[in-house]
Amino acid sequence: MTAPSALELCDVEKRFGMTPVIRGVSLAIAGGERHAIIGPNGGGKSTLFNLISGRFAPTRGSIRLHGEEIAGARPFAINRRGLARSFQVTNLFSHLSVFDNLRCSVLWSLGHRYCFWRNVDALHDAARLAHAVLEQIGLAARRDAAAGVLTYAEQRALEIGITIAGGASVILLDEPTAGMSRGEADHVMALIRSVSQGRTLLLVEHDMSVVFGLADRISVLVYGKIIATDTPARIRDNAAVQAAYLGAAPDA
Amino acid sequence: MLELATVSLLNGIVYGLLLFMLSSGLTLIFSMMGVLNFAHASVFMLGAYLSYQCGRWIGFWPALVIAPLLCGLAGAAIERYGLRRVHASGHVAEILFTFGLAYVIEELVTMVWGRNAVANNVPAVIDFPLFHVFGSTFPAYKGLMMAISIAMFVFLYVALRTTRIGLVIQAALTHPRMVSALGHDVPGVFVLVFAIGSGLAGLGGVIGGFMLLTQPTLAHAIGPIVFVVVVLGGLGSLAGALIASLLIGILQTFAVAVDYSLLDLLRVAGIAVARASPVHELLSIKLATAAPIIPYLLLVAMLIVRPRGLMGTRDV
Amino acid sequence: MAFVAVALLLVLPYVPGVDSDFGRSLLTQMAIAAVFALSFNLLFGQTGLLSFGHAVYFGLGGYAAIHVMRAINQGLPLPVMLVPLAGAGGGLLGGLLFGAMTTRRSGTIFALISLGLGELMYAVTFMLPGLFGGEEGITASRTRAPVDFGVTLGSQLHVYYVVVAWAILAALLMYAFTFTPVGRMCNAVRDNAERAEFVGYSAQRVRFIAFAVAGLFAGLAGGLHAINYEIVSADAVSAQRSGTVLIMTYIGGTGQFIGPVLGAIVITWLQSSLSDYTSAWLFYLGVFFIVMILQAPSGLAGLIIAHRPILRSRAFIGVLAAYGVALAPLALVGAGTVLLIEMSYRLSTQPELGTRMRLLWTPLDAASPWPWVIAAMALVCGFALLRTSWRRIGAAWDRAVVQVASS
Repeated sequence: MTAPSALELCDVEKRFGMTPVIRGVSLAIAGGERHAIIGPNGGGKSTLFNLISGRFAPTRGSIRLHGEEIAGARPFAINRRGLARSFQVTNLFSHLSVFDNLRCSVLWSLGHRYCFWRNVDALHDAARLAHAVLEQIGLAARRDAAAGVLTYAEQRALEIGITIAGGASVILLDEPTAGMSRGEADHVMALIRSVSQGRTLLLVEHDMSVVFGLADRISVLVYGKIIATDTPARIRDNAAVQAAYLGAAPDA
Repeated sequence: MLELATVSLLNGIVYGLLLFMLSSGLTLIFSMMGVLNFAHASVFMLGAYLSYQCGRWIGFWPALVIAPLLCGLAGAAIERYGLRRVHASGHVAEILFTFGLAYVIEELVTMVWGRNAVANNVPAVIDFPLFHVFGSTFPAYKGLMMAISIAMFVFLYVALRTTRIGLVIQAALTHPRMVSALGHDVPGVFVLVFAIGSGLAGLGGVIGGFMLLTQPTLAHAIGPIVFVVVVLGGLGSLAGALIASLLIGILQTFAVAVDYSLLDLLRVAGIAVARASPVHELLSIKLATAAPIIPYLLLVAMLIVRPRGLMGTRDV
Repeated sequence: MAFVAVALLLVLPYVPGVDSDFGRSLLTQMAIAAVFALSFNLLFGQTGLLSFGHAVYFGLGGYAAIHVMRAINQGLPLPVMLVPLAGAGGGLLGGLLFGAMTTRRSGTIFALISLGLGELMYAVTFMLPGLFGGEEGITASRTRAPVDFGVTLGSQLHVYYVVVAWAILAALLMYAFTFTPVGRMCNAVRDNAERAEFVGYSAQRVRFIAFAVAGLFAGLAGGLHAINYEIVSADAVSAQRSGTVLIMTYIGGTGQFIGPVLGAIVITWLQSSLSDYTSAWLFYLGVFFIVMILQAPSGLAGLIIAHRPILRSRAFIGVLAAYGVALAPLALVGAGTVLLIEMSYRLSTQPELGTRMRLLWTPLDAASPWPWVIAAMALVCGFALLRTSWRRIGAAWDRAVVQVASS
């Protein structure tokens, strides 16, 4: 792939008070690539996501999305430029129906902005798009259920649905299969594979079968630094990675 | 001029420390439990009434102990039988509960002592001049109040920062179930914190009761200012509350002494404003009349410039 | 359903019992309170913003309206019927002005800011007597107008119809707002402000819009208030008014659109009728409010809606019967409480009236110990009986729910 980097991190650092969590991460992810980040707990994977998506601002370093600097920008500004993320702890609009959750996720991307003169039910483009995503994530039967009463797996699916509904070109998924059975995880993996067609995917995961089944390249994040970035086969054989997971490095 | 400045400064510090006595308990409860206790000023008022009653039946010094104790018990009961049921519903429900409680306490006080101010006069035993300043006397009870206020600050500072139970409480604020699983009695700790906070409010009420008028509207008169203090100082910061209290106390006391308006200032600069001009009325307000809104103006200014307050450490 | 309601509203002032000036005035007050409460819920129930100073926008609207009315009295060719628009404008301006600085934060800080702003405005009304009339307020006449299209607003009946017409319009507009894209995003921001940002919306901008719209309708209510009373004074922006609309809305129920209307009707009625009989009415209101928070946070509307699933069940009769059985202990507890409270109030606040009083159709002497003893016993026994009947209600509900689930 000779496309320019969809997402590029340059010497990104983050400290909370005196505690450094991300100690200089540099990464370049090409457009259309499926990239996984793995590493022991406490390595800073969620923090990295939070930095990229604008939840926190980095202490130092630059983050470029499609060539534009986004470090420190507000989450909605980053989202409007084409980046969306899911959350490790399910983060839905709990009192809204499943359908409304998805519809709210597409309103901005369809240009409806802060419209107060039209009935949202009359916005057919939003309804069609929301319905399409609803089908894609397999929740059409639960269309009118409040998001707060869904089962855990259904909520995770909706979580992914909200993330991709807006049509973002770069998707960040934070442990999408956390807490799932083998069957549910396989199902979600297939879903991720289909929704990430033609998009750039950055994935944090602990489930190795999901990682090795999906990723084009893998980065290993240990104590705030990336110790290796490579294809899945070579990562598996990498001595430093093995040490980090199995031996020398102290466990979290 | 110097006399006015010194006397005003002294009175301002006294008033500021009185505000701190009130806001210290509120800060404790908030920083340890995340509950913004609307009924806090009501417990202060309760302390004033209880000490008045105790003073009539027994005497002042016992009242200084009994009133805060009773207020502490009231606080414990509020948390145990009322607030505890609301914690799970989130902070908004907690605020609403204490808001309703403030109404109820105000009416309870009216039921027992009537609508008019009670004769809560300074007890003779502490009403002697401590020292003289430029001809006006500084009474002993003000000195006592300052001493108690400073003692409160020290006590709370130590309790929050250095004691083991303070650490446990701060952990329980964000992860109550984990702390509970570690063997700590989290509900019991909340009762203790609320009791101590209410006891402090009651103690403030004992002295505050004769510096301010002890009547059912006392809580509503002083409550909002205390909230301003807490926001100005930064939620959860004890030192911030102290600084903000002193700031408001001094500024307001100085303002009351100034009998000039912006119009006068402009006149000195040589600018005259026509009487028919729409801003004439606004500019002619004397600073002394505008004094009551100073805390709220500070609040608005602070929110525009620095929303987390002077020394705010935690976000809401 | 809606047509029935509108028809009812049209006919109501002729129903015996409320066909007096007093009755119609009460209905008018309820309508004004309903609009105010709906505007409050737009902020609270819809967008998750708790405000302790919502009366500021009510008052700003009221003052704007009364000044326009004065101008009409002086010859401005505008029908008085359109004065509420001035109220809406005043409220909107206030919302835009203060909204910009207050909606940067949410939750507890927002609540405190609203409290501070409310106190600020209240104090300012006393400092600018030309604008706000100080203690006496600003007055105007609703009948002295050069243009009126035949609607003279001379009688309370006319006032009622004009107010209700505006109230219905306001309610419809606010209802429609909830179905707009920004209205939906208000709900989204309420549920999860962070997630709303991650789908492209600025939570602050959404809140600001909600704030301005809520201010607009609160100001409209203030304008109706100005027409009804022909005077607006500092109590229109007071903390008392802010507190009352909060309590009203919460008791009515924040989760249903109709909740605040229900709360407005109930509380306005209680306020007007109870305050004639007892000086303890604020105490009862406070206790009612606290009981609702502890036992029924979804409000009266929520309680009613909760019965919908079991309406079809045969065991529903059992639930109603259980309620009936609980009425007696409830009455006992109520009687005991009322006796104690009323006697205390009499002794402490109105000693000049003596200790002989008439409560619940019984003459008694508050100075003698017997009424106190009886009241205390009634309270204790009633409470104990209430607990058993509470369990019975729970059991009846269980049966009804199981019935519905299995059918």
